[in-house]
Amino acid sequence: MPLIQAFFAIVRRDLLLAFRRRAEMANPLFFFVLVVTLFPLAVGAQPNLLRAMAPGVIWVSALLAALLSLDGLFRSDFEDGSLEQLLLSPHPLSVLVLGKVFAHWLVTGLPLLLVAPLLALFMGLPEQAMPTLWLSLILATPLLSLIGAIGVALTVGLRRGGMILSLLVLPLYVPVLIFASGAVDRAAGGLPTGAQINILAAMLLLALVLTPLPTAAALKMSVN
Amino acid sequence: MSFIPAPISRFFHRTASPPHFYTLADKLLPWLTVLFLLLLIPGLYGGLVMAPADYQQGDSYRIIYIHVPAAWMSLFIYVLMAVMGGIALVWRMKLAEVMLISSAPIGAGFTLVALVTGSLWGKPMWGTWWVWDARLTSELILLFLYLGVTSLYGAIEDKRSAARAVSILALVGVVNIPIIHYSVEWWNTLHQGPTVSKMDKPSIHISMLIPLLLMAGAFKVYYAIAVLQAAKLELIKREPSAQWVKNLLEQNA
Repeated sequence: MPLIQAFFAIVRRDLLLAFRRRAEMANPLFFFVLVVTLFPLAVGAQPNLLRAMAPGVIWVSALLAALLSLDGLFRSDFEDGSLEQLLLSPHPLSVLVLGKVFAHWLVTGLPLLLVAPLLALFMGLPEQAMPTLWLSLILATPLLSLIGAIGVALTVGLRRGGMILSLLVLPLYVPVLIFASGAVDRAAGGLPTGAQINILAAMLLLALVLTPLPTAAALKMSVN
Repeated sequence: MSFIPAPISRFFHRTASPPHFYTLADKLLPWLTVLFLLLLIPGLYGGLVMAPADYQQGDSYRIIYIHVPAAWMSLFIYVLMAVMGGIALVWRMKLAEVMLISSAPIGAGFTLVALVTGSLWGKPMWGTWWVWDARLTSELILLFLYLGVTSLYGAIEDKRSAARAVSILALVGVVNIPIIHYSVEWWNTLHQGPTVSKMDKPSIHISMLIPLLLMAGAFKVYYAIAVLQAAKLELIKREPSAQWVKNLLEQNA
């Protein structure tokens, strides 16, 4: 089987598995909405305050939702042994891993775009910032999945890897958070966002090339 | 490894064998301790007594003789850990794994020292213990990276795979450190600019610079002492039933 076919076979398989468990697919979305809802309750409902905090709150919540959904990336494959089959396949593991991350992003990252307008409404984010919020979500959520995959691959063999996963992955998320929420913040103030968006795009390209390699190496370590 | 001359390669492999390394470390430690004191005492005396007070900051600037070397060491050790991680992954060398693991808590310690001394200095100078300034923030994130390394190593039962996991993590981290550093710098900066590493003309007087460099040397040697001690312990913990450990115990008994 050529490499490109193997890649899409992985994507198709993971999407099929995800659609068989539709109830689980909505969980990151509910989590995302719920965390954003907590902020006005905690800091008070002054519209000015909420509007100023909106980009940061939305992005921190998106980051936590991505982190929470990461755990399922390799877990079931590790438990039923299909991860070992992936390792045994003649194709480079890093490409297959990229397929898994892509499918995972389609299921957990992309739907965040659907609820983003709702949250912007909750937080009083100006309408002019919506296109930038979408654009930053499109560019940065795959970045979160790619970087997070390294952490998941390192901790998948552990029985309780959740806390360690967040300790490993959150520091690496810092640049994404800075530029993504910075872009939305500037858009809300009516300023140009070209620089932030370009840097996010550059980081995404870099991560597409580089992160599958340590992820594959870490999976080999975890399966041993 | 054909491009490496045979004697160097032989030295490399012999040093990497645990019993040989253990005796070598034992021989080196007294000399390193002497060197450490030779650097530390003049460094401290020069910094705390001889160097003039700063015209603006008075005597409180003297904390840089601890703060700056500790901050340098915190980055230096992380890079060194990544190098060890690369060696451990490519050549599967046990000693590199041991050195990597032993370095992590020491590096975390230096990072903490840099953060605490910086905070102590910030209170009189900036009027606050903590500001979300670029360098402080990236140093704090560096501390989290160190803690990630130690906790991942502690969580994986099998120490060989734990060492491989930590090597991968250290390499990923070292690629990220510049990205984190520059993104945080762009985000916010208040920290004073670099005073020593400016290539053309350091903006620090020579009487203040010499003790600082002595202290930096002392910290480097201190790290060598600490990491050798930790590596000795880690080697024994890893191979408690090896013949050379038994011989060692009988010698000391």
